[in-house]
Amino acid sequence: MSVADAGALERARRWRPPPLVADPRLRWGIAVAAVVYLWLALSGVPVNWARVAEGLERGGRFVAAFLHPNFVARFDEIFEGFAESVVMTVVATVLGIAVSVPIALGAARNLAPRPVYLLCRGLIALSRTFQEVIIAILFVAMFGFGPFAGVLTLVFATVGFLAKLLAEDIEDIDPGQAEAIRATGGSWLQLLNYGIQPQVMPRLIGLSLYRLDINFRESAVIGIVGAGGIGSTLNTAFDRYEYDVAAAILLVIILVVMAAEYGSSAIRRLVQ
Amino acid sequence: MPVAIRNGRREWQRRDRAAQLGIWFAWLVGTAVVLACWEVISDRTMWMFVEDAHVQAGDLLRRMVPPRWSYMDKLWRPLWDTLNIATLGTLLAILGGVPLAFLAARNTTPSVLLVRPVALFVIVASRSINSLIWALLLVSVIGPGVLAGILAIAFRSVGFIGKLLYEALEEIDAAPVEAVTATGAGKAQVVAYAMVPQVAPAFAGISVFRWDINIRESTVLGLVGAGGIGLQLEASISQLAWQEASVIFLVILATVLASEWLSARIRHAII
Repeated sequence: MSVADAGALERARRWRPPPLVADPRLRWGIAVAAVVYLWLALSGVPVNWARVAEGLERGGRFVAAFLHPNFVARFDEIFEGFAESVVMTVVATVLGIAVSVPIALGAARNLAPRPVYLLCRGLIALSRTFQEVIIAILFVAMFGFGPFAGVLTLVFATVGFLAKLLAEDIEDIDPGQAEAIRATGGSWLQLLNYGIQPQVMPRLIGLSLYRLDINFRESAVIGIVGAGGIGSTLNTAFDRYEYDVAAAILLVIILVVMAAEYGSSAIRRLVQ
Repeated sequence: MPVAIRNGRREWQRRDRAAQLGIWFAWLVGTAVVLACWEVISDRTMWMFVEDAHVQAGDLLRRMVPPRWSYMDKLWRPLWDTLNIATLGTLLAILGGVPLAFLAARNTTPSVLLVRPVALFVIVASRSINSLIWALLLVSVIGPGVLAGILAIAFRSVGFIGKLLYEALEEIDAAPVEAVTATGAGKAQVVAYAMVPQVAPAFAGISVFRWDINIRESTVLGLVGAGGIGLQLEASISQLAWQEASVIFLVILATVLASEWLSARIRHAII
């Protein structure tokens, strides 16, 4: 055996990690499709490089604005916007929980009869399909500008999130406890109170806190279409090219979200 | 065990008096806060508009039907743009999010004191700001168009992918890492052969999940000028062409359902 053959043999015998997709035809098919797609997609993106270059200078100014954000110039507007966002978040989360719990009970297969189950699942699917902003546009058209439309939007979005996850948790409970309550002759409400609620309560609290956090972040967005909150202040700041004010608002949003995240994870550890 | 004496009989209670009062007081404070918040909102609402909301809703619905299907011809291109914004944005976010996750995870970061806090801050900053706000910012910096949309989606998703992936990295089983290290492998080899295989399914799931979310988000980026079907929506709504808007809503509904179905299939196949 020649030296070259030995080298080839050695290379062939070397261990290689198994490929992700076992069928080589499928593997190459996916690779080719990916390349073709990327080529098609990238060639379809019109980029105005002159505009981008001009924008880079503005982007630099924005990054610089982050280093010296201006909290003072529009303090009243920023404070007002934040107060409104916080207020909207609190009301929308509480209302959202109040609406979500019955829908979650209806959407749990082990509790609800078939027609109720389908109705509640349909409601959840509807709420999850549309982005909050689209819902906000419709609600603003119906209820007029202002935080009320924003609260309704957030309630609607909360249902899709909270009811879905809570319903899945109810479906996953240990059936033994529910069975035991039924065996003692407990009514449906007693079944909920003693057989199910204790099992899903930690999850419900955790999800609610998480949703509080999400609702605050979303309230910053729906203001852009006129549904109140800090979003409208931010939109105005961008329209006026006041990057230092915008940077100040974004920094406060980041800080509040960070604080909320630490706070809610502390509370969740406490309940679980 | 808390026991109350009532009519000379000892009765078992779930909590003692102090705990019961504490809980009652917490409910009181909570209710007061919510009512106070509600009052603020109520003060800023024109109840006149709310009262005739059902009229407005009926009116809106009447103007939306029947959808003007001929408008579909003008929607294929924006729809393609929307899909591209979501997909290319997710790909960019993966390129940025994966290194970020390795820098942020306690067991892979080069420096717990210096690099990790910076990476965590980048993740939180990216996650706190909604993609629509990123789009607002980018449109004002690099001008309106699909590129701003792609970057907005990428900026928001970097934090999402980074956070979930670094949490997965921190939760891996230590035994394979130790085993590969014991064979004398270098740092890169430990990452490639002991860590990556453990987080690969989670990574694939996270990416597909984010892509699904991004399809939904990219449908509205056009409202602030960042390309996609939202541009058409904005145009139709500002012209009060609700028959066109309803076509767009239905197209969005179909797209989101299709992407949800597809991502569920892919996740099912991978995990």
